[in-house]
Amino acid sequence: MARMKFLCDADRCIECNACVTACKNEHEVPWGINRRRVVTINDGKPGERSVSMACMHCTDAPCAAVCPVNCFYTTADGVVLHSKDLCIGCGYCFYACPFGAPQYPKVGNFGSRGKMDKCTFCAGGPEADGSKEEYEKYGANRLAEGKLPLCAEMCSTKSLLAGDGEIIAQIYKERVTKRGYGSGAWGWKTAYRETIES
Amino acid sequence: MASFAKYIRLVVGAWAFFLVVAASMPANAQQVNPTASSVKEQQLLQELNRIQGRVSIPDQRSGVLEQPAGRDWREFRNVTLRWIGGIAILGVLALLVIFYLSRGMVRIEGGRSGRTIVRFTAFERFVHWMTATCFVVLAVSGLNITFGRPLLLPLIGFEAFSAWSQWAKYAHNYLSFPFTIGVVLIFLMWIGGNIPNKADVDWMKRGGGLVGHDHPPAYRFNAGQKAVYWIVVIGGTAVAVTGYELMFPFYISGIEGMQLAQIVHSVVAVLFVAAMLAHIYIGTIGMEGAFEAMGSGTVDINWAKEHHSLWLEEQNARAGANDARPRATAAPAE
Repeated sequence: MARMKFLCDADRCIECNACVTACKNEHEVPWGINRRRVVTINDGKPGERSVSMACMHCTDAPCAAVCPVNCFYTTADGVVLHSKDLCIGCGYCFYACPFGAPQYPKVGNFGSRGKMDKCTFCAGGPEADGSKEEYEKYGANRLAEGKLPLCAEMCSTKSLLAGDGEIIAQIYKERVTKRGYGSGAWGWKTAYRETIES
Repeated sequence: MASFAKYIRLVVGAWAFFLVVAASMPANAQQVNPTASSVKEQQLLQELNRIQGRVSIPDQRSGVLEQPAGRDWREFRNVTLRWIGGIAILGVLALLVIFYLSRGMVRIEGGRSGRTIVRFTAFERFVHWMTATCFVVLAVSGLNITFGRPLLLPLIGFEAFSAWSQWAKYAHNYLSFPFTIGVVLIFLMWIGGNIPNKADVDWMKRGGGLVGHDHPPAYRFNAGQKAVYWIVVIGGTAVAVTGYELMFPFYISGIEGMQLAQIVHSVVAVLFVAAMLAHIYIGTIGMEGAFEAMGSGTVDINWAKEHHSLWLEEQNARAGANDARPRATAAPAE
């Protein structure tokens, strides 16, 4: 079984935000929620880098550990998913997440949180694969169709890689060797407790 | 002719400039190392323990790229808090059971006199019970967030536990408002009787008469009640402020502030619950004649004599003055 991971090659990211847009469109993500975003560090200064970030589908995911109702589960592919039927919108996964992935639609009074929404690695939710209910709650299930996440598939510079961790790590290593530099696999140490030596 | 010379000078000058730039370009290209000045993840994390940047989407809060501090918060929420809460609450319960078994109910030693005196007005009792009801719901729904997953979820299953927790969350959010109002009213209403004074020192030295049959004198509130008052006022303020910070995300602070708020909120809350268990005990099965102060609002004169002797003297003196005044003024009026 594959262990699905994201890897953003920050030396290639041109901050076009197409991954953000593709994700919102593919899953019809509600207003105010971005499952993926591009953060530019040291903007306008030497050494500026942009990183596309979403849920990293952590090993031993902190969100799952702190959830008071235990609504998270990890698929056989290592994708961290959750059930919106069980979620109570308490906000705890948001406090624990190192990547700011969980988002809450603002529903009800006093800014109270609705059901949490986050990147599904285009793998839907607990409902039947490709069902209408699944699409409405979690968006498209591309993995069930044999496709990889759309954000990475349509990245114009192939900066964002999504797929089996070993394969994308290999691709990244080859790039670093060939071009002679690389600013590292952002978030890997935090998410997977490992990094790609280059 | 002059203008032609000027033209030639310009062209030559432009050529010269171009050659200089062209000569320096390859040298520059060799010097540039794209990673030499590039930002490094580990370095940024070591500096600030979080990485932040600029985002072009409207949600500026998403500019925080990484905050591994969530890992420490996870450890607190799943391990530390459960130990603190478990020890505090079960510890106080165990102490109360031991105390009850060894001491039993504190009786009115002089027996009931049959005469009563007003201790709490209807408004005071309303505020007390409004706050108390909210507190119980808030405590149960709050403890559910910390202890529900290991204790209750395995018993009732995912769907039922989520449904219950959803309602508990709503109750927790909404009842926070009357609770906060209650804490403010308690603060204003009883501040007069809760300033520590000399009688408290004596009361504390004599252990409040908890052991044996001692009855140290006290004004309207003894040192133990004053402690409960200040726990409610200070603890209540702390849980209210931190609770609203969590309820209105990003209005007061960012993510690290909310982690801190949750830590303060939960630690104060479990200690608050432990303290209130003792308060409930002494107000019900722990002491004869105590509950009626908050029930009917009146207490037996002998209870007041034994537990709040100085307060009873004050009340008698005031009642005496009140009784005297109408008599003195009644005659000229008629």
